[in-house]
Amino acid sequence: MSDHTVKAYDDELGRLKTMLAQMGGLAEEQLARAIDALTRRDTQLADLIIADDAKIDALELAIEERSVTTIAKRQPMASDLREVMSAIRISSDLERIGDLAKNLAKRTHAMSDSLPRQIITGLKRMSTLAQEQLQDVLDAYTRKDAARALEVWRSDEEIDALYNSVFRELLTYMMEDPRTIGLCAHLLFAAKNLERIGDHTTNIAENVYYLVHGKLIGEERPKKDLTSITAIDPP
Amino acid sequence: MDSSAPRLGNAILTPPEPIILQQRPVKIQSRDVTVHYGAKQAIHDLDIDIPDRAVSAFIGPSGCGKSTFLRCINRMNDTIPIARVGGKIEIEGQDIYDKNLDVVQLRARVGMVFQKPNPFPKSIFENVAYGPRIHGLASSKNDLDEIVVTSLKRAGLFEEVKDRLAAPGTGLSGGQQQRLCIARAISVNPEIILMDEPCSALDPIATARIEELIDDLRQNFCIVIVTHSMQQAARVSQLTAFFHLGNLVEVGDTDAIFTNPQEKRTQDYITGRFG
Repeated sequence: MSDHTVKAYDDELGRLKTMLAQMGGLAEEQLARAIDALTRRDTQLADLIIADDAKIDALELAIEERSVTTIAKRQPMASDLREVMSAIRISSDLERIGDLAKNLAKRTHAMSDSLPRQIITGLKRMSTLAQEQLQDVLDAYTRKDAARALEVWRSDEEIDALYNSVFRELLTYMMEDPRTIGLCAHLLFAAKNLERIGDHTTNIAENVYYLVHGKLIGEERPKKDLTSITAIDPP
Repeated sequence: MDSSAPRLGNAILTPPEPIILQQRPVKIQSRDVTVHYGAKQAIHDLDIDIPDRAVSAFIGPSGCGKSTFLRCINRMNDTIPIARVGGKIEIEGQDIYDKNLDVVQLRARVGMVFQKPNPFPKSIFENVAYGPRIHGLASSKNDLDEIVVTSLKRAGLFEEVKDRLAAPGTGLSGGQQQRLCIARAISVNPEIILMDEPCSALDPIATARIEELIDDLRQNFCIVIVTHSMQQAARVSQLTAFFHLGNLVEVGDTDAIFTNPQEKRTQDYITGRFG
């Protein structure tokens, strides 16, 4: 798209995008490090992650302030308005992703025993998927690629399906050996966090689609998270 | 998931119903309208349907033809010797360029408010009473008084001037003068009010009052406004038409035009990327 007659307006929108890209990069990194800390039970790394969350929070605040200023000063219209609105919305999803990563890191402190190998594999796969999705959606945002965003949006069900199987596995462990309940409960939350990160990623995908096309995705998202309706029968 | 379960997601994903302008009766219909000023063509084959009891805004850069087209609707262009209008403009099915049509009557049906307030050099009362008197709308002095008071009230000016109706209209503030001109326009019971940048000479507060008034008036009139302020078009209108170089580039629901225009030229203009 060609430039605005007022150059400073282009600069302001450009700054917003840069900050959002920075924030996205940070969120990706936090997620990758959090799952690493959790599975290796590295409490030192976990503390670093917890401290670094403040950077993401600060960026969200800055994006919000700049967006409000731009709205007040320029009264953006059409694609510019969508640009500003999606910056606010996407930054809020990224901030939540940061929080969830921080929460994953926090749980590292509660891991007293080594983790069952299969669960580690499950969690790592969930996390890899979540990271890929996040990367893809941030890429789609930078390139204004709605088709790619739609792909991310549709493939969230893979994370849901994995969450489902991790959930079932953890239930089995807990039923087999009640001493693992403490550990497994934490891992359940960890898995849930990853699943929520997937959901925030689909929110971002929706916003990228809106940014490009000016309308919402007009279909229902496929979901495979069945854990909220899974009955737990005693062995 | 149980497919028969109520799907909350769908409710969120369904966009809200836009104001469907097509459902409102068409007041003004233009087909293949062209305007030439001498050899220069100012409007090219313009087709548009303007709904009744709604505000339609014409936007576009200077010289795009929006005011020219506005002036076709009450045949103001007749007063310009070199202007030629072709095609067809109908108001409720009646061809307004019909040779047998009384232009004075037409201008009573189609009132106009200009960029600069232009009250007559007469009293406030006379400014409003002039039209109804020459059109024979009042049968008695009482009748005329009532028309003047009602018009001033509808224009939101009565409270401010009720104690000085005999004072000259030109002594009012800019915003008051503009509301006086609106009172004058509605005093002859028009069906359509054309406004050519009615707020461009006013301060923000006077502008807000006029916009409030426009919003009230649309309950009873078909209003067409030409404005250079896109925010104003977005605020007051339900239909927006974007003109460029004598062509109607895009017309549609105001909400859609300002959030998601379909044409690149519209997009460039409303986002400030023109030229």
